[in-house]
Amino acid sequence: MEDVHKYYELGETRVHALRGVSVSIERGEFVAIMGASGSGKSTFMNIMGCLDKASGGRYLLEGIEVSQLSKKELAAIRNRKIGFVFQGFNLLSRTTAQENVELPTLYAQISKEEGQKRALHALELVGLGDRMLHFPSQLSGGQQQRVAIARALVNRPSILLADEPTGNLDSRTSVEIMEVFQKLNDGGLTVVLVTHEPDVSQFAKRSIQFRDGKIKRDEPIVNRPRAAEVLKNLPTLED
Amino acid sequence: MDLLAIIRIAMRALARNKMRSSLTMLGIIIGVGAVIAMVSVGQGAQQQAQQQIAAMGSNLLFVGAGTVTRGGMRMGWGATKTLIYDDMSAILRECPAVQAAAPGSQTAAQVVFGNDNWATQLNGTEPQYFDIRSWPLAEGSSFTQDDVSMAANVAVIGETVRKNLFGATDPIGQTIRINNLPFRVVGVLTAKGTSAAMGNDQDDTIVVPITTLQKKITGQDWLRWIMVSAISRQASYTAQQQITALLRDRHRIRSGSDDDFMVRNLADMADLADQQAQLFTVLLASIASISLIVGGIGIMNIMLVSVTERTREIGIRMAIGATEGDVQQQFLVEAIVLSLAGGAVGIMVGTGASYLITQTLGWPVLVSPTAIVAAVIFSMAVGIFFGFYPARKAARLDPIEALRYE
Repeated sequence: MEDVHKYYELGETRVHALRGVSVSIERGEFVAIMGASGSGKSTFMNIMGCLDKASGGRYLLEGIEVSQLSKKELAAIRNRKIGFVFQGFNLLSRTTAQENVELPTLYAQISKEEGQKRALHALELVGLGDRMLHFPSQLSGGQQQRVAIARALVNRPSILLADEPTGNLDSRTSVEIMEVFQKLNDGGLTVVLVTHEPDVSQFAKRSIQFRDGKIKRDEPIVNRPRAAEVLKNLPTLED
Repeated sequence: MDLLAIIRIAMRALARNKMRSSLTMLGIIIGVGAVIAMVSVGQGAQQQAQQQIAAMGSNLLFVGAGTVTRGGMRMGWGATKTLIYDDMSAILRECPAVQAAAPGSQTAAQVVFGNDNWATQLNGTEPQYFDIRSWPLAEGSSFTQDDVSMAANVAVIGETVRKNLFGATDPIGQTIRINNLPFRVVGVLTAKGTSAAMGNDQDDTIVVPITTLQKKITGQDWLRWIMVSAISRQASYTAQQQITALLRDRHRIRSGSDDDFMVRNLADMADLADQQAQLFTVLLASIASISLIVGGIGIMNIMLVSVTERTREIGIRMAIGATEGDVQQQFLVEAIVLSLAGGAVGIMVGTGASYLITQTLGWPVLVSPTAIVAAVIFSMAVGIFFGFYPARKAARLDPIEALRYE
């Protein structure tokens, strides 16, 4: 990940969602993107995740000039280099956890056996190795989000992009999910997290504040708590 | 993504809405079933026509008296009086491609036996007529050449006449009255059924010696027709040319004038019957195709609903790396699986319906492999054609919008 800089125009009215954002995120960072709704953080995420193209400026992802790529190449980048985790989990219902996790490998020309092996490995990584054949409806919110994380990891991406991953979860489960992110980041994975909850953002290493399509503040987080330790001190809510 | 995986995904997506999928398939099932059943009926009719014509004797030629225009009024065939017995003798003598010939004349007649009476066609000819038309007798025997020379009152009756006059009674040796003249029944012809070429009941006939008919009933000495058999099927065209040339010469028709007779070759009739049956098949098939198109529209409809319903799924798939092509492929394969499965069931339904038609209506039905292959290809084409637009729509979705879709 090198240099990011982009303008963005939205809709017929040419809304300036991003008014010149320059930022550089290095490999192995854990960044929390903060900001009120309408601040441009979602647009930033979409461009960063190659779901959308910047209307101006340059975006280099591992040295690749993304704004020059075709839709097909963007899809390939989303598949190989980026892992998405969404607020609403976005799992395919009536499809088992294992199959949900396998899904990205289907689009990556990875053999079926290899895909299954990787899916199992990714599920074990998020602590759901024993829930492989459960359907999303049979899993709790936290478990569903873990499946979504496993799916994001299965193609071994360079960046994990999480858009409000704890938005639909209670505070304890949120910390559990953050623990997973921290563990993955410790393993060298770049994690970019969009959230508006300061409680959640404190687990990152660096915080970027958006306002009116611009970066307002960009600072490292000091006194970062370890989610695992926070968890120990939290009262157990469920049984 | 390999095709097998795509097909598996498509199957699962369809299995999720079993009721909807099967109702959608029903359109294709009915369409393909109707096409196969209709084509089978059409081809069965064609085959029957061919068989009937072959049964008439494949090297048969029919020479008929021609039409004349008298005072501006055109008479039907058989109106000329120029075709005579000597013409037949000349044909036998001078046309090398001709093997045998029988003269003929005919009139309508009222036949009476006991209390029953029946209106039929009375044909006068010579005994070789039955051989030329390959028309064996079911009972009794034909009249003889002696009967012809003596103008004897003997008759061979057709199956329809036998049924209507005699019922269960044995007709052989019985006396019937034809136009008030007594005739002894000597034979009954085998049933030939409805003529494929002419469409009339061939069994509704009585055959008597030609001399008897001409001298005792009609009082005419000219012929209505001559039935000719060529030495082989190939020779029938040569025979046709030889007879035409000979008769034009004998009737002193100048070049440029129309013939006062006509020569029909059975091969021509076979072609004509074929054309009619083909027209029939095409007509039935095109009506049935309409239901196939309606079925296709049903698929398009459901696929469009499905794309809207699964907008979020499409968004997810795109976010994790599915290209437009992948998404399009997925929905297209779904439509094709739907139509092909419908086609497969439709083939069974169509084949079943064909046999049912044979069983209940007694129509000859021929389920041809061509129709089945065509149905498979056609139903796949329907799937591709009507699946393309919904698939394209799915592929064109903006992943961000699709993910936000509730």
